[in-house]
Amino acid sequence: MDKFETLTGIAAPMPLVNIDTDMIIPKGFLKTIKRTGLGVNLFDEMRYDRQGNEIPDFVLNQPQYRDAQILVAGDNFGCGSSREHAPWALADFGIKSIISTSFADIFYNNCFKNGILPIVLPQDAVDVLMKDAEKGSNARMIVDLEAQTVTTSDGESFSFEVDSFKKHCLMNGLDDIGLTMEKKPSIDAFEAKAAQERPWV
Amino acid sequence: MAGKTLYDKIWDAHVAHEADDGTCLLYIDRHLVHEVTSPQAFEGLRMAGRKVHAPDKTIAVPDHNVPTTLDRINGVIENEESRIQVEALDKNAKDFGVHYYPVSDVRQGIVHIVGPEQGWTLPGMTVVCGDSHTATHGAFGALAHGIGTSEVEHVLATQTLIQKKSKNMKVEITGKLKPGVTAKDITLAVIGETGTAGGTGYVIEYCGEAIRDLSMEGRMTVCNMAIEGGARAGLIAPDEKTFAYVNGRPHAPKGAQWEAAMNWWKTLFSDDDAQWDKVVTLKGEEIEPVVTWGTSPEDVLPISALVPSPDSFKGGKVGAAQRALEYMGLEAGTPLNEIKIDTVFIGSCTNGRIEDLREVAKIVDGKKVADGVRAMIVPGSGLVRAQAEEEGLAEIFEKAGFEWRLAGCSMCLAMNPDQLAPGERCASTSNRNFEGRQGYQGRTHLMSPAMAAAAAVTGHLTDVRTFN
Repeated sequence: MDKFETLTGIAAPMPLVNIDTDMIIPKGFLKTIKRTGLGVNLFDEMRYDRQGNEIPDFVLNQPQYRDAQILVAGDNFGCGSSREHAPWALADFGIKSIISTSFADIFYNNCFKNGILPIVLPQDAVDVLMKDAEKGSNARMIVDLEAQTVTTSDGESFSFEVDSFKKHCLMNGLDDIGLTMEKKPSIDAFEAKAAQERPWV
Repeated sequence: MAGKTLYDKIWDAHVAHEADDGTCLLYIDRHLVHEVTSPQAFEGLRMAGRKVHAPDKTIAVPDHNVPTTLDRINGVIENEESRIQVEALDKNAKDFGVHYYPVSDVRQGIVHIVGPEQGWTLPGMTVVCGDSHTATHGAFGALAHGIGTSEVEHVLATQTLIQKKSKNMKVEITGKLKPGVTAKDITLAVIGETGTAGGTGYVIEYCGEAIRDLSMEGRMTVCNMAIEGGARAGLIAPDEKTFAYVNGRPHAPKGAQWEAAMNWWKTLFSDDDAQWDKVVTLKGEEIEPVVTWGTSPEDVLPISALVPSPDSFKGGKVGAAQRALEYMGLEAGTPLNEIKIDTVFIGSCTNGRIEDLREVAKIVDGKKVADGVRAMIVPGSGLVRAQAEEEGLAEIFEKAGFEWRLAGCSMCLAMNPDQLAPGERCASTSNRNFEGRQGYQGRTHLMSPAMAAAAAVTGHLTDVRTFN
């Protein structure tokens, strides 16, 4: 996984609340057995008409947002399915960070496994960032994971919270499985004890 | 010291390692696997030269995109991509030596119906699956939740999950339900109360007289939709109904092991002095049969209500409601029970169990599906289908004009050929009414099996309490 350091990029505004995983990647695209190549179908039903033509109004079809790396979104982003195809599609498109007032739990976790930083901020901060994102490609937002800040194109800065372990893994591009394998003695010991206490499992 | 919640007790019994910052390795007792969220995980294992750590605790079954038409018996999946996914699961199950119920097996079905049916799901367990409706298994007092594919790979490789503990939320449903009100109405009413993000960061324990009174099937329906309220998991403390359901299932403990298990299971309840971070209480007798009108499960109202006006909401929800009404093709002020439907879907991990089918049969016995309505019943497993046939339910359905299908997820998420056409409106017993969920531009109204059955007969959304 790529290391996440400081990100300076275009932010696209998506003020809609409850953007769900079926909107992010409709199920027609879940039939892949690979993790890559889903970016072209990100937000497919909002982005293209039935004939496959781009819908010009959709934010990521607008020239100034085509290279967006950040989304500023409405409340409860990523609700619905556990499908990791949602962050795969976002990552494949080039989205590296998403800012909202809240995220669905499973989606939030899935982001970190794919090099995407989801940032939770209070409503008033998201309102300021949404306004900044509406300025288009002239406005570059800065996401500094080390310092845990988001800075608007006007230099206004907001601090965010992130779990220290998740931050560490994201900053260093670490593979969870490799890290857990190092704790194998603990897992073995747990299994031995559980086999005594709950042999029916 | 304060007492523990049921969630605290199960959590504490499964922590294999705890780091200084509170990050835990939670040991997983049962890992359920299906064809859509697992291929990349197995591929990851192969690339890294890793094995499945505990194949005996890993159970796989294809369900999401299998066809449910009778010609499936010939073993043909016409959609090439679906076939590749199912074949990948066939191969992965064999190569890695996990328990497997292939499409041809009578025990095949929706993973969340097969797990309990086969006795894989037991009280006090940790259960995960690459599917958000894993919360279903919480009905047994098991800590069960959905995970992403990276986590599927992590569990396959290590039998653990990296987790931090969630907060505790109590949802109490007091008193008795009125006639015509079911488990589905409870779970939708709770989401209507809390919103789809109200449970985010929490594990919910459902309790109270109305929950105790539910069958195991009903409890599974309630827990199934915990995720729709944003919660990681939903739980119900096990009781005599739970033990009676589990006893004798193929993978349930037997003999002395049963006794030992019962000794522990009987300790699985929240202590009187347990600490709750959030409490929600609903009066059972005030819950009405409900339907959804919009494109989020929180867009829920009693069937006796009118389609709401977007102006009645606040903040970002105003725009979302406007968009939802436009998508759903509805006018504010329309009585919900006058909305005409084109399709009825009865099935899914929410409502594809035998009790759901019995409810439907009671309503449609001797009646006919309305002209112009396409109605299908998709049993949750091959065994549910067999039982419904044995009880004579299938005959009632077919006489009434329902399509009687083979087991699978089907039109709940429309990954297989069972889909709505653009603009079609469906009375559905499934769990999500998102845009496009049941087919591109399809319109979904969520409701109980009894309400969906009544709608099938009248051709419009119908109050089951006045249906005759």
